[in-house]
Amino acid sequence: MASINDVVIKIATVNGTGSASANGLLRKAIFRMGVPVVGKNYFPSNIQGLPTWYEIRVTGDGYSCRSDRVDIMVAMNAQTYARDLAEVEPGGCLVYDSTWPRNSLLNRDDITIIGIPLSKMCNEHFDGARARILMKNIAYVGAIAALLQLDLDIIKGLLEETFAAKQHLIASNMEAINLGYDYTSKSFPCPLPAHVEKMDATKGNIVIDGNTAAGLGCMYAGATVGAWYPITPSTSLMDAFRTFCGRYRVDPETGKRTYCIIQAEDELAAIGMVLGASWNGARSFTPTSGPGISLMSEFIGFAYYAEIPAVLFDVQRTGPSTGMPTRTQQCDLLSCAYASHGDTKHVLLFPADPAECFYMSPQAFDLAERLQTPVMVLTDLDIGMNDWMVPELEWDDSYVPDRGKVYDAEDLEKMEKFYRYLDVDGDGITYRTLPGVHPKGAYFTRGSGHTKLGAYTEDSAEYQDVVDRLLVKWETARTMVPDAEIRYSKFNKAAILTLGSCDGACKEALDRLKGQNVGLNYCRVRAFPFTDSVREFIEQHDVVYVVEQNRDAQLRTLLITDIDADQRKLVSLLHYDGMPINPGFVVDGVLEEIAKGRAA
Amino acid sequence: MTYIAKPKISHPSLPKNKLGLTTRDYEGAVSTLCAGCGHDSVTAALIQAVFELDIKPHMLAKMSGIGCSSKTPAYFVSQAHGFNSVHGRMPSVTTGANAANRDMTYIGVSGDGDSLSIGVGQFVHAIRRNLNMCYLIENNGVYGLTKGQFSASADIGSKPKKGLPNQQEPIDPASTALALGATYIARSFSGDKEQLIPLIKGAIMHSGFSLVDIISPCVTFNDHEGSTKSYAHTREFYRHVANIDYIHPTEEIKASYNEGEALPIHLHGGDTIVLRKVDRDYDPTSRAEAFRHLRERFNAGEITTGLLYVNEDRAEMHELMQNIDTPLSQLPYEGLHPGNDELQKLQGRYR
Repeated sequence: MASINDVVIKIATVNGTGSASANGLLRKAIFRMGVPVVGKNYFPSNIQGLPTWYEIRVTGDGYSCRSDRVDIMVAMNAQTYARDLAEVEPGGCLVYDSTWPRNSLLNRDDITIIGIPLSKMCNEHFDGARARILMKNIAYVGAIAALLQLDLDIIKGLLEETFAAKQHLIASNMEAINLGYDYTSKSFPCPLPAHVEKMDATKGNIVIDGNTAAGLGCMYAGATVGAWYPITPSTSLMDAFRTFCGRYRVDPETGKRTYCIIQAEDELAAIGMVLGASWNGARSFTPTSGPGISLMSEFIGFAYYAEIPAVLFDVQRTGPSTGMPTRTQQCDLLSCAYASHGDTKHVLLFPADPAECFYMSPQAFDLAERLQTPVMVLTDLDIGMNDWMVPELEWDDSYVPDRGKVYDAEDLEKMEKFYRYLDVDGDGITYRTLPGVHPKGAYFTRGSGHTKLGAYTEDSAEYQDVVDRLLVKWETARTMVPDAEIRYSKFNKAAILTLGSCDGACKEALDRLKGQNVGLNYCRVRAFPFTDSVREFIEQHDVVYVVEQNRDAQLRTLLITDIDADQRKLVSLLHYDGMPINPGFVVDGVLEEIAKGRAA
Repeated sequence: MTYIAKPKISHPSLPKNKLGLTTRDYEGAVSTLCAGCGHDSVTAALIQAVFELDIKPHMLAKMSGIGCSSKTPAYFVSQAHGFNSVHGRMPSVTTGANAANRDMTYIGVSGDGDSLSIGVGQFVHAIRRNLNMCYLIENNGVYGLTKGQFSASADIGSKPKKGLPNQQEPIDPASTALALGATYIARSFSGDKEQLIPLIKGAIMHSGFSLVDIISPCVTFNDHEGSTKSYAHTREFYRHVANIDYIHPTEEIKASYNEGEALPIHLHGGDTIVLRKVDRDYDPTSRAEAFRHLRERFNAGEITTGLLYVNEDRAEMHELMQNIDTPLSQLPYEGLHPGNDELQKLQGRYR
């Protein structure tokens, strides 16, 4: 049930009608009232015409995931009225545009129906078809503001910021807000019992999406070469990098840039460019999604074997094949972990929210250059494209990039002879040189069989020597990657283990389960290979609920393969319908298992 | 291939270039290609070209994909970094490498399979970007390592060792590059060093994408009667249209040229190439003329060689992007991020 500062508003509109700015306005206004808020965009693979939804969860408790209910449905799309109506929680309410009466809406007597003649009012007050459509959206913001008792001054302030350069729009937008606000407060009892009240819980926080945060992280990490091929839902990552570089990486006098963004002809070329640039000493990266990883796989294997650093962001979307490109999943865990033919395995990082996208970006570059191997940051559409409240980002000004083991001209000058793949330090990581530095540093980079001295070989022992050393490096990687987040509720033998964007839903589920006297421990893995603490955590428990967003239990498979986890302990809770996971799913899954006799 | 290791000692009378190096300093490992392979002659021409251009070995990057041709970067300038990448993907790796460090010289060695079949997409797009590199295609019309299948450059009617003649239209790298806007296009023959070396030198010194398509016969799978990429066929049907002399910036133009037959072209770096027209009417600065001529002579069964097209006016990739002159890989980290204070400020829009 909704209550004060615990309300979910879902807005159903038609794609391409400009509702995004209205929805953003609503979400921001609540945030500025000091109340934590979650924004989720459910959009189609389409430019105009198909249904789209935006969900705003007002969560005074500060939960970070999607809710499992809808309290207020703003049904602006005739195509989806029926299903939108059915979704409203008993006791909730439905807001619709009563310019066109919908008698069918009245068949639910357990909810409040709020009809507002939005189109009629906007047609009377505004000129031009486009303005009328846009203002209709702004008018429903006014209606919601009345129902939830939002602060109109805050809304006005936001409009003033948005339209600072177009002053005349401030007045017209406010007019639309007032149309919705006044009609609603006059015609219906306002505010609703479950409304928004000012808090002080958003100070020190921002609301940002993961792609923006990752693009910002790449700029701060000192990346200079970005190569990419546009693919949903990763595109806005490079857009963000471009925007930040445009602001901070262009010489104001000469107009010259200290970054190079190349829109490649395809993903095969994008990763090739990243490898060429990294080989030549630049911090270089590519953002992509699952289909891009498939195309890049040959080169990823090359980079693994020739030992070239590379940073990839896989903003995962629903597969297989083209799948549902605008829906979320964690379905590329296996294809990334073992991308390419032959024996290969790769370092993966699993950020849980936009803040971790930011912090893991420089970490990914550090690891890639330290380990001289591809590092893939696996986010997903939910993290990448949705609005998350996270603590304000901080940058440590003392940060120095870890460029790994690189011999410079001075080192090479002193050296008798340089060999590229000699394990001098015994950690499986060899020294590399950069082209253009010193003639003694020259070596031949190849994906064909090579000896530890860097020469071509087809000799069994010489070949095996190198691939075995790569395993030593893998174990070194295990000690360097970010450790898991582990929480113990109390002494017990059951736990939840998860990754990435499942974090919010799982943590909320833990709270709800505690309310039902089910206390579970918690482990969120943050990287592959799995650290020793993950192995120990699983060993400590009798039952581990492995929560992930794919059909085939890919995280569970990785646990079994990488750290030989006892598969009888690992109980999968799999959410893979393309929508972000919600806490109810986890709670129900755990309770069902307990009902079947599984230990809690 | 030979099994004899090269002797390390060189004759004291060997000429030295301005860096005090001899051609021996520009050599690489012993070739493992078949005896008589055209590619080995191209390697020798490349060694001579970079030696004569006084290129510092470590400032050269040797890029390749997969195939017989792509093996050759191991056989020249062992003091240069080499990148033997994956099949058909040399252009993208070179694009990234060049993006990171624009100060180096990039030579890509590819073949007709690597560039015209599996890698045709990357070949095309490197040209579109006017990537500053010298791109050599060692063109023999067949796949060698997989034993003699036709490549996309095989001519209609050309006979394989076994089986039926090719019936598919060939892709001509030179006219393809011309259509795509490449800024330096040459063709030559592995057996014609005198023509080839200056063409390679011009290609290296040209700012932007330069292509040298080199007919380089495969002695094992495509050098028989009825093949249009054999030594015998090439010798019979190839003709020079416009050769070049390369003039170092410090040198004067010494040779005498007949009027109307010579055209000096100044390259961005200060070097000059003097175009020696064999065909007086040929104008290699006209894209339309070059295209017409190429197609006409191709239809007549001839192999037109020499500098086919040159355009010094188009900006290369970095210039087009307005990138800083310093190689991106050498920028100090401090200048690449605005620090925590600015981070706090820029987050205002997310509050």
